[in-house]
Amino acid sequence: MASHSATAGHADGHDHPTWSTYWKIAVILFVITAIEVSAFYIPAWETSWIYVPSMLFLSTIKFTLVVMYYMHLKYDHKLFRSLFTGPLIVAALTLIGLMFLFSKLSIRLGLLS
Amino acid sequence: MTATTMPAAHDESHGHGHHYTTLGLDNRKIAIWTFIGSECMLFASLISTYLVYKGRSVKGPFPHEAWTDPSGKVFPAILDIPVTSASTFVLLMSSFAMVLALAAVQNKELPKTTFGERILGSSKLWLWVTCLMGTAFLGFQAYEFTAFIREGLTIRTNLFGSSFFTLTGFHGAHVAVGVCWLFSLLAIDYKRGLGPSDALNVDIAALYWHFVDVVWIVIFTLVYLIK
Amino acid sequence: MATIVAAPPYSSTATESANTGLMSWLTTVDHKRIGVLYLITALVFFVIGGLEAFLIRAQLAVPNGTVLSADMYNQLFTMHGTTMVFLAIMPLSAAFFNFLIPLQIGARDVAFPRLNAFSYWIYLLGGIFITVPIFFAVAPDGGWFGYAPLSTKQFSPQINMDFWVLGLQILGISSLAAAFNFITTIINMRAPGMHLMRMPIFTWMSFVVQFLVALAFPVITIALVFLQFDRFFGTNFYAIGAGADPLLWQHLFWVFGHPEVYILILPAFGLVSEVLPTFSKKPLFGYPVMVYSGILIGFLGFGVWAHHMFAVGMGPIADAVFSLTTMLIAIPTGVKIFNWMATMWDGDLRFNTSMKFGVALVGMFTIGGISGVMHSSPPADLQQTDTYFIVAHFHYVLFGGSMFGLFAGLYYYFPKISGRFMSESLGNWHFWLTFLGMNLTFFPMHFSGLLGMPRRTYQYDAGQGLELFNLLSTIGTLVLMLGTLFGLINLWKSWKSGERASSNPWGAPTIEWAIPSPPPEHNFDTLPQITSRYPLWDLKGAVVTHPTTVADEAGRVQKTAKQLGIPMPNPSILPLVTAVGVIVMFSGMLFTGSNMKLAVAIMIGGAVWWIAGLYNWLLTPLEDAH
Repeated sequence: MASHSATAGHADGHDHPTWSTYWKIAVILFVITAIEVSAFYIPAWETSWIYVPSMLFLSTIKFTLVVMYYMHLKYDHKLFRSLFTGPLIVAALTLIGLMFLFSKLSIRLGLLS
Repeated sequence: MTATTMPAAHDESHGHGHHYTTLGLDNRKIAIWTFIGSECMLFASLISTYLVYKGRSVKGPFPHEAWTDPSGKVFPAILDIPVTSASTFVLLMSSFAMVLALAAVQNKELPKTTFGERILGSSKLWLWVTCLMGTAFLGFQAYEFTAFIREGLTIRTNLFGSSFFTLTGFHGAHVAVGVCWLFSLLAIDYKRGLGPSDALNVDIAALYWHFVDVVWIVIFTLVYLIK
Repeated sequence: MATIVAAPPYSSTATESANTGLMSWLTTVDHKRIGVLYLITALVFFVIGGLEAFLIRAQLAVPNGTVLSADMYNQLFTMHGTTMVFLAIMPLSAAFFNFLIPLQIGARDVAFPRLNAFSYWIYLLGGIFITVPIFFAVAPDGGWFGYAPLSTKQFSPQINMDFWVLGLQILGISSLAAAFNFITTIINMRAPGMHLMRMPIFTWMSFVVQFLVALAFPVITIALVFLQFDRFFGTNFYAIGAGADPLLWQHLFWVFGHPEVYILILPAFGLVSEVLPTFSKKPLFGYPVMVYSGILIGFLGFGVWAHHMFAVGMGPIADAVFSLTTMLIAIPTGVKIFNWMATMWDGDLRFNTSMKFGVALVGMFTIGGISGVMHSSPPADLQQTDTYFIVAHFHYVLFGGSMFGLFAGLYYYFPKISGRFMSESLGNWHFWLTFLGMNLTFFPMHFSGLLGMPRRTYQYDAGQGLELFNLLSTIGTLVLMLGTLFGLINLWKSWKSGERASSNPWGAPTIEWAIPSPPPEHNFDTLPQITSRYPLWDLKGAVVTHPTTVADEAGRVQKTAKQLGIPMPNPSILPLVTAVGVIVMFSGMLFTGSNMKLAVAIMIGGAVWWIAGLYNWLLTPLEDAH
């Protein structure tokens, strides 16, 4: 960050996402949500071990798409990316830590557990 | 006076109202991203609590299972997935309308000849669509909450009720703030028209709006879809 | 004027007298004036918190003391902790954030001047909101940590804890708004050439602290919202009968609470890192390492919270993890201690009051830090937790660390703030009495704690070997009060008639010393071009500079912002108006138990008020069009 302090940066300049990017993202979001909701109604999927990981994976994709394209972090100054991902990582680690502390998640460690 | 002097920077104020900034970025945009980072911790705390208390309520109604109370009355699983799926679609698509509104404000000056260009270039239209979809989401939530209360689940009933209403209520309050914000922008658009010089203000509102949307993406999966 | 000189030739600021009426203070958006407001307000609360501590010690002077009732004792220790943490040390740090950060990075003001004023007014009004009840004996009485379910309606049915829950919510708004403001300021308002690795170390530590505030306060906000809902609306978050987990509050509170510890200490570390180099005439030893260790402390600070909870039985894995992270965080802290010692090593030391407080911090914080690492071992912690040993530990880090650092900073920056020196002779009394009193108060607590004396109990029996230690602690408190009195008299007298100070009376290296004392409204006539970490030293071609004197600068005139054509933000009453609306809205909550209609009416009234204020504020331009 230190390197570009004196000159004006590239705030909102070059390659902005275009209308075609926007509607493609919208379609993908729509389709993923449709898949998620239908998975909920497919017993074979809903009861298998893959269900929770697949749901988390699909919603992570949606989350990332909105953040990267609609919130245009992909095109913006990298400062904004760190201002968002830093706190997001702390928040995610805290959440995971709390899940372990309240025994919602656990790791088997032989004698210790 | 000593001979050694420290060089001063070239004049920092060029044009009107534009002060020197280190990165050439607008302060407001840095502030909103900092705020959004902070909001991550806020929702992480709410979501953690919901998850910690999942399955710990000593009595029903429950989100995904039916419950029979001591008197033999049966309370079905309370979450209404079809209705919430619909409201989720509405909120996701409102984000789409929001990016179009921002693009319309940014490209206000571009000439628009075809009908399609005029539609895409209308910031009023897309702000209206976003606002109405946001309001529709709030309508769905109001419907959901009243239905739950009718079915016997209030914020006081059990741990699920407390943590569910607080989590989704906090999100709903954020949506409500966003709707007010967007309506204020719409009012300005009607009063004097939003142009490229307002793009940053619209962008900031849009960032907030999309953030509220991604929070709902997480809530929808963790609360509604995963049993 | 195309350049600014290394040692500028002026000490008097304006040709016309500045506007200093009451309205000018209520509407000010000048970061320097807001800093002064923070300083004075925080010192008032510091005195109130100190008097509360004195009453606690008076009760404990002899076994089975009868000065206070058990109930009053609870209120006093709760308010002592709450006051010192949220109303004294954090705002004293905020005074320095406000005054110094724009000066140190070479900016004319903070990024959002009116938001800055709003933070202060919220703090002042929130502080009054939470402090006033003690004078009517209805103050919060559940500890500064407010453990639920103890703090729920079931076990604290009175209005007392309502003040605490709402007051902390209000104060959180102030801290969060300030955090967004300062993060933006430091990222985007640095003068040309002020790379991150050239920033003064105080600004660096403040930068880390603002991120800690931005990430830790939302967590306590949510924990408090749950408590608020439990108390006012009958929800079940902390209702054990409904299946709630009694550890939920503890976890959420300490996820906030441990970063809060670093929020309290890092600004003091930053101040001392400014004081020691100047009075040793040596650059700070290992500047990059100091920066990285500050960042590491901030990051690890989010991963150690459960060490406050070893006694609840989290199991061997959780205990081991949090024990290890706690030991780990001692490393960057220890690095700082060694770097300060290396800074002083072989330096040309000047032992004035500021330096004495700074050196005392290095020693006292080390004692507190070492007893802190002792608690990182769960078996040891089980012996020490909830005893006076813990009280001794955190007073060594908070008084011996934070307060000593803030005092060092106060003596160091007072000439810049006021244009006058603090008195060295009174300062000498202030330092030695405080140093002696602090050790006399808190050192014996190590022993009473290891003998098993529990915290937060209002009486103890004779014949347990506790009498001597408690009496010493109480005598120490008297000495401490006397020392603080000297400090306050010094501040008052110096403000009115202290010896005049020049722009750089200490021969300090950073750019805030390149402008007049006190600085003009616009801080810098032209933004400086920064080329090194210690601009004022490096300019001389050697490491050491000489202090400027008033005589050097006599007769030079500083132009005002208007004369220089620099646009400055207009004063505005709207931040205060908006802040009042927020307080009214929160106050309405107090009546939910007694009169729901009244409560709702007040809350809606307050909300309409502050929303109207906010819209008005947002639609009023910051500066005149030009």
